[in-house]
Amino acid sequence: MKKTTRGGKHGKMLVLFGIASFLIVSFVVIILGEPVFTQLVFDLEGFIETCKDPEVLNCIGLTIGTSFMATGIAFLVGTPLAYILARKKFFGKRVIESIIDLPIMVPHMIAGIAIFSVFYRYGLIGKPLSPIVKFFDAIPGIVVAMLFVSVPFFINPVREGFQSVDPRLEKVARSLGATEWKAFYKITFPIAYKHILAGIGMSWGRGISEFAAVIILAYYPMVASTLIYERFLIGGLEYSRPVAVLLMLICLGIFISFRSVRK
Amino acid sequence: MIRIKGLYKDWKEFSLKNIDLEIKEGEYFVILGPTGAGKTLALEMIAGFHSPDKGEIWIGGQNLTDAPPEDRNIGFIYQDYSLFPHLDVKENVEFGLKLKNVSKDKIEEKTRDIMELLGISHLSHRQPSTLSGGEQQKVAIARAMVVNPRVLLLDEPLSALDSKTQDRLRDELKQLSEKQGLTMIHVTHDRVEAMALGDRIGVLMDGKLRQVGTPQQIFHRPLNEEIASFVGIDNIYEGESRIENGIARINLGELEIEAITGKEGKVKLCVRPEEITILRKGSRSSARNLFEGRVVRVSERYPLMKLTIDAGKEFQAVITKKSFLELNLKEGSRVYVSFKASSVHVL
Repeated sequence: MKKTTRGGKHGKMLVLFGIASFLIVSFVVIILGEPVFTQLVFDLEGFIETCKDPEVLNCIGLTIGTSFMATGIAFLVGTPLAYILARKKFFGKRVIESIIDLPIMVPHMIAGIAIFSVFYRYGLIGKPLSPIVKFFDAIPGIVVAMLFVSVPFFINPVREGFQSVDPRLEKVARSLGATEWKAFYKITFPIAYKHILAGIGMSWGRGISEFAAVIILAYYPMVASTLIYERFLIGGLEYSRPVAVLLMLICLGIFISFRSVRK
Repeated sequence: MIRIKGLYKDWKEFSLKNIDLEIKEGEYFVILGPTGAGKTLALEMIAGFHSPDKGEIWIGGQNLTDAPPEDRNIGFIYQDYSLFPHLDVKENVEFGLKLKNVSKDKIEEKTRDIMELLGISHLSHRQPSTLSGGEQQKVAIARAMVVNPRVLLLDEPLSALDSKTQDRLRDELKQLSEKQGLTMIHVTHDRVEAMALGDRIGVLMDGKLRQVGTPQQIFHRPLNEEIASFVGIDNIYEGESRIENGIARINLGELEIEAITGKEGKVKLCVRPEEITILRKGSRSSARNLFEGRVVRVSERYPLMKLTIDAGKEFQAVITKKSFLELNLKEGSRVYVSFKASSVHVL
């Protein structure tokens, strides 16, 4: 008897939790699903046309490509930092961790202005690099803006991944004859690879979705979000929605395949 | 084989102070010490995972104090065995060979041989997470041994196992070292393990190597009270010693103990609990200490019984359950405590 009562209480809690879960999932699904549904059901033709529009395809290709580059840079430079943060204790570590998290907190329009003032032709970095590379209204400008906002999304999961690898495994590998490098890429890296893939996926996704930080330094060439924004201003919902839906479906495809690789 | 000279290290909450040690080829050496004594740190320093603040480590005639771990050719077994979770058993065992310039055939052959030796061939394609503790340990040993290490370092290798597996693997470790002539350094806090396995034992306490000797020396002739207490000698007393007719008589105040020692004056002495015999009737014999007392506490340490007897001083004695029952003992029983003068160790 006692057991059933207890089981009943537990059950009630789960029912409430279930309702809450349903609400939050519905919230996300409705927002993302409505435009897709409306577009595909009521204006399939417009959608197909958009899929053939070279301007749209170029913008989406550019967005995916630049975000991939930003993620590549985050991977090369961020992986070592993630490892150090996972393994070492040192003075100022907390500060560095907070700095890495800052792009999450900073409003992206502010980030955009900051990025602009550093990278435009007379900026702190833009000026000395101006003979070699142009950031204003150019692909490198898009990449640095994306890199800035996606860095924490790469570093945090990767650091967690490295933390989950017992340092003893590296030590044992060393005792078996592996150099520091070999212990890293034969043991630590492959064990943490799911976290690294997660970091890549998150950072890539963050880059694709960035708008505010990008437009100030590089309105052109237009990334997908800029194009959607511009079309919304010119032609309203009907003109912008097909692009939005296409980008959403492509991103969804990418993330589903990422998830399946991680398993 | 291994010589450690004046080793110092401060690391986190652990430290090692002036460690001097020599370990012979083929020896099974046990470092025994309480938790936090710096045992693992000592082992990791020999393996090269930390470099010493001061001192030298020589292995096989080479000064390897500053050599990286991969150049030392030393096998390391951790308490949790640290198998690589992303590799199966065979891949774990092959790992070290694949790093060296060994031909594919040779890798196959050596891996097969070592897995046969340790009886783990049937586990080849299993993932480490599916193995029992005992199996994991064998895989870890195979992985370390396959590259012919000069010495095998074992960090509490038995403590994560159930007691039955512990007993079995303890025997297997001993056999393995004897058959293969492998030098082993084994760290433990378990004195039974140390006693059973060690050719020699080093007692490490508070980062200092307090005593090095055979199990007999460590357990029966500890150098000081602290070691005596750590190796399970509960009967430690202080008294005044004087020598009469070649035999020391040590006055503890309430009673007088006969011992074989040349020391006079204020001394400390100890008697191992299992050296004490409990008698119902006392009969005096020469060179034997005999005191009448009363059982004040009985506690079961299956298959043994631990008795505390008040005979002026408190004595702890360990007897078998069988003799406990035969002597019909209980708390309050009047008994005699008896032990040989030669069982008394004067510190």
